[in-house]
Amino acid sequence: MDLALVLFKRECALVLRKPGDALSAVFFFVLCTTLFALSINPEPQLLRALGPGALWVCALLASLMVVGELFESDWRDGTLEQLLLSPLPLPATVATKALARWLGSALPLVLVSPLLGLQFELSGSALLLLPFTLALGTLALVFVGSIGAALTLGLRSGSMLLSLLLLPLYIPVLIFGALAVAGAQNGSGFEAELSILAALCLLSVFFAPFASAACLELACE
Amino acid sequence: MFETLDLGCCKGRRTLFSGLGFSLAAGEVLHLSGSNGCGKTSLLRQIAGFAPLQSGQLRWQGQTVDARSLSWRARLAWCTHQPALKDELSVGENIRTSLRLAGVEADDEAIQAALAQWQVAAQWPLAARLLSQGQRRRLALATLSLLSRPLWLLDEPFNALDDAACRQLWQAIHQHAAAGGRVLFTHHAAVAGVRVLALEDFA
Repeated sequence: MDLALVLFKRECALVLRKPGDALSAVFFFVLCTTLFALSINPEPQLLRALGPGALWVCALLASLMVVGELFESDWRDGTLEQLLLSPLPLPATVATKALARWLGSALPLVLVSPLLGLQFELSGSALLLLPFTLALGTLALVFVGSIGAALTLGLRSGSMLLSLLLLPLYIPVLIFGALAVAGAQNGSGFEAELSILAALCLLSVFFAPFASAACLELACE
Repeated sequence: MFETLDLGCCKGRRTLFSGLGFSLAAGEVLHLSGSNGCGKTSLLRQIAGFAPLQSGQLRWQGQTVDARSLSWRARLAWCTHQPALKDELSVGENIRTSLRLAGVEADDEAIQAALAQWQVAAQWPLAARLLSQGQRRRLALATLSLLSRPLWLLDEPFNALDDAACRQLWQAIHQHAAAGGRVLFTHHAAVAGVRVLALEDFA
């Protein structure tokens, strides 16, 4: 636990020293959703219908950027090998890094999302629910994404392969996240979707670090 | 006693070495020699448990060890040409974090003393990206000497080091051996006064 805290502090320090890297995903999210809102016919009815889906697709693409470099720099500068030799078990290392990355890159995205929801004329309840679904969803996406990041570590066309690997895995999170927001939007209830989203989040936070750790061992051979 | 029995390594269809066995008693230093591409680094990576053993086994004090277990890895200090420094952090932050992640609680005075031995103490507040290659290596080796792990695995440790740092490394290796540690290092050139294991003998 102590060691995980040391690692967590270092990851946070790295994010704070180079905020541009962490915030690029947020800027991408902001720009992408704005382009959507601008390109769609400005009829409130249409915007409201398309809004939840558009916001969620953009958040999903932004979280691909969040996980892309998760292990890359550690692998390149030899830190990963030293982490393998650390008494901290590798799944705990992965979980710590993924959590720090989520806090640094995905949480800002979650926090600005209600503002971006305004562009789509979302109702008050949908605007309130949006950051909660995105928080759960991006946490799941970052942890599932860590498997992909570990698998494509050191490959030349890694980022292309990463999107091909991860986007299909992201579909369940996308469906239930967007459905929950749409449900709140048209008042048809969202509890079931939110529960499934939370379950997906818990499952990936629990199991993904073990899979990523196995992939990292392979990458270090 | 640390022993390797019948280790082998194949890359594709080529056998780099096979039937490799040696033993390393406490306080011994072993130089792995051989030409480029003969499998020196592969052997070290197998012993460190990064690459799986393709054959044979590792034994520590007579017991077979699982090279991928945490208990085995906790005995190793590993040093390659990658010094595992974060460019954004200062030298002090880097070395403090590295030590703590390795499970070592060292106070700043001990760290400063080790850095002074390696002549990088003045760089303490600097960001690691400002260091030269040689200084990075010195920093990695200073960290190594603070780890207090019984088996050192060093891959070409003399690269990018100047004469003074090479002498310092020899001193560190001998100090570690004198304290009952074991050192296994690769080096392309011949070294006087150290037991040699030529990998070509097992090709």
